[in-house]
Amino acid sequence: MPAVEVSRIVKTFADKVVVNDLSFSVAQGEIFGLIGPNGAGKTTTIRMMMDIIKPDSGDVTILGEKLSESTKNKLGYLPEERGLYKKLRVLDSIIYLASLKGMDRHSAEEKANQLLSQTGMLPHKGKKIEELSRGMGQIIQFIVSVIHDPELVVLDEPFAGLDPVNVELLKGMLFDLKNQGKALILSTHQMNEIEELCDRILMINHGRSVLYGNLVEIKSRYRSNSVLLEFEGEMGEVPGVAEKRTHKGYVELVLDGNTTPQQVLERLVSQRAVINRFEVATPPLNEIFLRVVSKAHE
Amino acid sequence: MTLIVPLIVLLLIGVFHLVSGIARPTVEAMTIGYVDELGGFQQYTSQGNITLVRFDTQSGATEALVKGDIKEYFVIPPDYISAGGINRYTLEKQLAASPAITAAINNFLLGNLLAGKVPAATIARIEAPLNLVTTRLTETGDVAPEQGGYGNLIIPFVFGVLLALSIIFSSTYLLQGLADEKENRLIEILLSSVSARQLLTGKVLGMGAAGLVQVAVWVISAPLLLNLASSSVGGFVSTIRLPANFVVLAVVYFILGYLLFAVISAAIGAISSNSREGQQLIGVFTLPALIPLWFTSLLMFFPDNPVWVFFTIFPLSSPVEVIMRVGVSAIPAWQVVVSIAVLVLSIIGTLLLTIRIFRTYLLMYGKRPSIGEVIRSLRSG
Repeated sequence: MPAVEVSRIVKTFADKVVVNDLSFSVAQGEIFGLIGPNGAGKTTTIRMMMDIIKPDSGDVTILGEKLSESTKNKLGYLPEERGLYKKLRVLDSIIYLASLKGMDRHSAEEKANQLLSQTGMLPHKGKKIEELSRGMGQIIQFIVSVIHDPELVVLDEPFAGLDPVNVELLKGMLFDLKNQGKALILSTHQMNEIEELCDRILMINHGRSVLYGNLVEIKSRYRSNSVLLEFEGEMGEVPGVAEKRTHKGYVELVLDGNTTPQQVLERLVSQRAVINRFEVATPPLNEIFLRVVSKAHE
Repeated sequence: MTLIVPLIVLLLIGVFHLVSGIARPTVEAMTIGYVDELGGFQQYTSQGNITLVRFDTQSGATEALVKGDIKEYFVIPPDYISAGGINRYTLEKQLAASPAITAAINNFLLGNLLAGKVPAATIARIEAPLNLVTTRLTETGDVAPEQGGYGNLIIPFVFGVLLALSIIFSSTYLLQGLADEKENRLIEILLSSVSARQLLTGKVLGMGAAGLVQVAVWVISAPLLLNLASSSVGGFVSTIRLPANFVVLAVVYFILGYLLFAVISAAIGAISSNSREGQQLIGVFTLPALIPLWFTSLLMFFPDNPVWVFFTIFPLSSPVEVIMRVGVSAIPAWQVVVSIAVLVLSIIGTLLLTIRIFRTYLLMYGKRPSIGEVIRSLRSG
């Protein structure tokens, strides 16, 4: 059973269709990337999954159940725009927001202490929220979004504003959740994070799905017919290479239509070149993103 | 606020005792002089605590005044009967002669002018001809259990002010809380945990319960403090009464008034982008609640004017207006019934609108929508 199943949801605000006939599913134990340019409808889609707003038509099911008051406790949400009660103490903030998710005070406090210690925030638990740095506040909000052991966690730009140490810490915790069988949806503009963390992605533009599926499969679909090469010494003419682009530290060989990367490798080896790196070029997600978006604008 | 108001009343009773203890010596016996240039003013020289001493010449009186034998003196000139002027001399800088001295001189002159012409008892009556004792009768001609008078007005007036403040404070807190949550984006986390309807209900009931506790403490402490005040302070304070049904009306109108303002505040909180903006908007609605307080004196002198019926029924002003009117005159039962019905209907109507506004605008940040936009979206949504 998928953790989330979104089926043909549509949302219109004042005659503007913001999400148009969108369907996708996220499996348990999967990190799912939700990407798209600004204004594509990502936040609206997330809000519909979180039951904050209702779709005009279509359904969202969580572990086979339709969204309702009772399924809300199975959802965890780290919104892009963040905030907590500034005057409230860290531990009290966490316990209050956990109680809204149906946790009793005792277990909320226990779990809060555990998560605070895991994130190194335990010394700050008596501080007021306004005394924390931006990054610390974000860690607290992350704790709030996972403390009630949700089945689905949606994280909107979770790494923005974090230092590299905390980014690694958060990534570790995300992988832990994944290993516990939770479904995670990551919405971010940082494509390298998506490439590093996500198994599958959905890219939306103008409220519609434009790319959906396994990340490796998508990247190979967008493979440009070229190889990346690092070598020592001089390189002569290689048959089948239409163009040679020199980058910093490596060259990119764009192959003509009739040549495969395997053939190029054989030819290079036969030329006795010293090869340190040979890689079939798959475009970074960033490039795919730009290509898809610019195609949509044409 | 909850305990502060009864405490302030307690404090006032204490301060009264303190001040009256210090102020009492000034009421002690006083001697003032007079120079009778007209002649014939010899009797009635003892007026309460004030003793009048006759001087033959003005220079003699001035000398006694400077020496401190007398507090002040006045001169009755030869043309007093035709001109009526009395010249008063004192060492003190004053706004005017004190009422006690004015009354003493007045009665002294009156007594001497009438002496020998009418009996002494008549003179006493002329000094104070009217001592009005009003009794309110019921329609059957019996003495009504509840009598009128200013004593009845005090508590409802003070309560009207407190009620208005309490309603405005609690709904402003609600507005501020909501606008803050919207401003710091917590609203999104809250709405992913509870529904908009639950959030609205929880906020209104939570703040309402707090406000009700406050009003209950005031209403319950009022009779106790009143007893304390009337037994220890006495005078006018002992005539202060709690009008019948007052407690019931105060609680009912607090609950209804609060609910109406709370729901309006919630709607305004939902459309404003921060609490400052919300507070400016809510002023439009809290102003009518205060109108009855502005017109207190008119209400006292013209209690039967039909304009009060309007304020009694108009939902934004009715909570405070009804409480104030209870103290001034009896309100016909039909007006109370209509006003409660109108209040309840307004609450239901505003609630339905507010839930729609909540859904539409709670998650919209940035520019506040104009009234026109809100109305359009209510129609289309």
